Amino acid sequence: MSKSGWFWVAIGLLYFLLPLAATAEFSLKDGDSYSFAAYREILDDPQFRDTFFLSLKLAAVTIFVALLLFVPTVYWVHLRLPHLRPLVQFLCALPFVVPPIVLIVGILYVYNYKWVPANYLGSPYYLIPGYVVLGFPFMFFALDNAFRAIDVHTLTEASQSLGAGWTRTLLRVILPNISAGAFAGAFLTFALVMGEFTMASLALFSTFPTYINYIGQTKANPAAALTIISFGITWLALLGILLVGRRPGRTAVQVGGTH
Amino acid sequence: MAYLELEKLHKEFGDFTAIEEIDVSVQAGEFLSLLGPSGCGKTTALRIVAGFERPTSGRVVVEGKDLTHVPPNHRDMGMVFQAYSLFPNMNAADNVEFGLRVRGQNGAERRKRVEELLELVGLTAAAKRYPHQLSGGMQQRVALARALAIEPRVLLLDEPLSALDAKVRVQLREEIRRLQTQLGITTLYVTHDQEEALSISDRVAVLSQGQIEQIGAPAEIYNAPGTPFVAEFIGTMNRLEATVSDEGRVQVNGTVLPVTEARGLPRGERVLVLVRPEILELQRADGAASAALVGDVVAHIFLGAITRVKVDAGEYELSADLPGHKAAELPVGSRVAASFPADGGRVLALSEQPATSGAQAPAGR
Repeated sequence: MSKSGWFWVAIGLLYFLLPLAATAEFSLKDGDSYSFAAYREILDDPQFRDTFFLSLKLAAVTIFVALLLFVPTVYWVHLRLPHLRPLVQFLCALPFVVPPIVLIVGILYVYNYKWVPANYLGSPYYLIPGYVVLGFPFMFFALDNAFRAIDVHTLTEASQSLGAGWTRTLLRVILPNISAGAFAGAFLTFALVMGEFTMASLALFSTFPTYINYIGQTKANPAAALTIISFGITWLALLGILLVGRRPGRTAVQVGGTH
Repeated sequence: MAYLELEKLHKEFGDFTAIEEIDVSVQAGEFLSLLGPSGCGKTTALRIVAGFERPTSGRVVVEGKDLTHVPPNHRDMGMVFQAYSLFPNMNAADNVEFGLRVRGQNGAERRKRVEELLELVGLTAAAKRYPHQLSGGMQQRVALARALAIEPRVLLLDEPLSALDAKVRVQLREEIRRLQTQLGITTLYVTHDQEEALSISDRVAVLSQGQIEQIGAPAEIYNAPGTPFVAEFIGTMNRLEATVSDEGRVQVNGTVLPVTEARGLPRGERVLVLVRPEILELQRADGAASAALVGDVVAHIFLGAITRVKVDAGEYELSADLPGHKAAELPVGSRVAASFPADGGRVLALSEQPATSGAQAPAGR
């Protein structure tokens, strides 16, 4: 790279790392010296554990529901309804343009119907449908890319000609070959749920993001520590995408053959 | 009754008729190729047999059983695709094993069968390799082993060699034929490559625009094409429009040529006379017999064992395949007389011509 290239990379890194370093420094500050006191305070706070594990649980359920919904859907769109792909793409991108606040109001409205069980309305799983919708673009585009990288038709037909039905074809042939995309969608959804504030706050649930907000408004040093922790979680998720995407034998790229 | 029957098979996609009521019967253990240019319906026919497409009307019958409405995974048809059909997440052995797992065969039996098949296609050493670690030719061998593993009723091959380079293509097609003969498996093979079809099939069905032009043994298709389309699609053909002038004689541009097949045709009838380049004889024009077309040599095309000599004979450009030393005696610019033995020309009624005149005439190979 040229000298000016390195210059701009350095500027970018500074822009990115400086606030992070400052936050980290502040989180370690203990009067005039440094310590992990702020981190200890956060980790010892039962509310941290409650909200953190609740958000983990919500993320897991959201990912499960989203995969269950999207893997077969995207598969079918690619296999049989390719002309509908632009429409599905558009619908899945809607959460990007519709603000979450509109979404939660809409969901509250839907939940007014009598057939929604009351105990469900009192549980934090109340938030799952909203999270799944917010995760549409992440899940769809991650899977859509993965499906585009494989020859869905030929693989499906090969599997069928060997006697496999739809379930086996989906689980044994298709899923392993789009797993990188499924993992990417899952990690992105995870990061989304671990950071979604608006919906949880409006629906009056205490999740990890609302806890971050609460600490941010009340305690200075622990707030910085929490920011670093939350940042670490997001980074681990992104790292996960990178690692899974690189696993050999899983990538759908065939380099053999001449075409 | 034949082993595999396509009865009045018809397929329409919207306004487009892909296949028009074709009938094909394949005997048990027979190797039949469906040959034709792209868009002729050959792949559609194969996909109907495999169960991936439903015919608009007509039936697919195997061993007397109507399979038309049986889903593909219950048909027991082994299929080899053009390319990229191996499961990328499984190694070669697992790919071959897949169909056996579906059938619930026990582990020991399965592994033994996988070993046998990989040995059959000469890939024992590559058993643990993933598709992306195999060459195109090896991938197709694995695909073949995988299709054969389930002991299919019919083996279906959809242009399995078209993605490979020339040398591997010839090698693999001979191997496919060897395995097919050895296992006695009824085979339907789709290709647009006439040389491929002629070299490995028991019989060839030539398709054009959704219809079967001719079905027959390779030699029959080559030597006695039944329609002008077949004549032009298979190999290279010199086509001369002629008028029957006498018993066993035709007139082309004023030149009278003896053609055995013209016997019995009414005088004055317009016919098409077809002559293979290897049948056409060229001589220097000075000492030539009268029953010959005269023209100038315009080009030599070197084809290895032979040289194709192009002759401009006024209305026609003729091709003659000569051994190299003979061609050398007739350099470009020479005046030559082209003739052929009376039994070397094929005569077809000219009235059939308009229907297929738009068909492409592929360059000979």
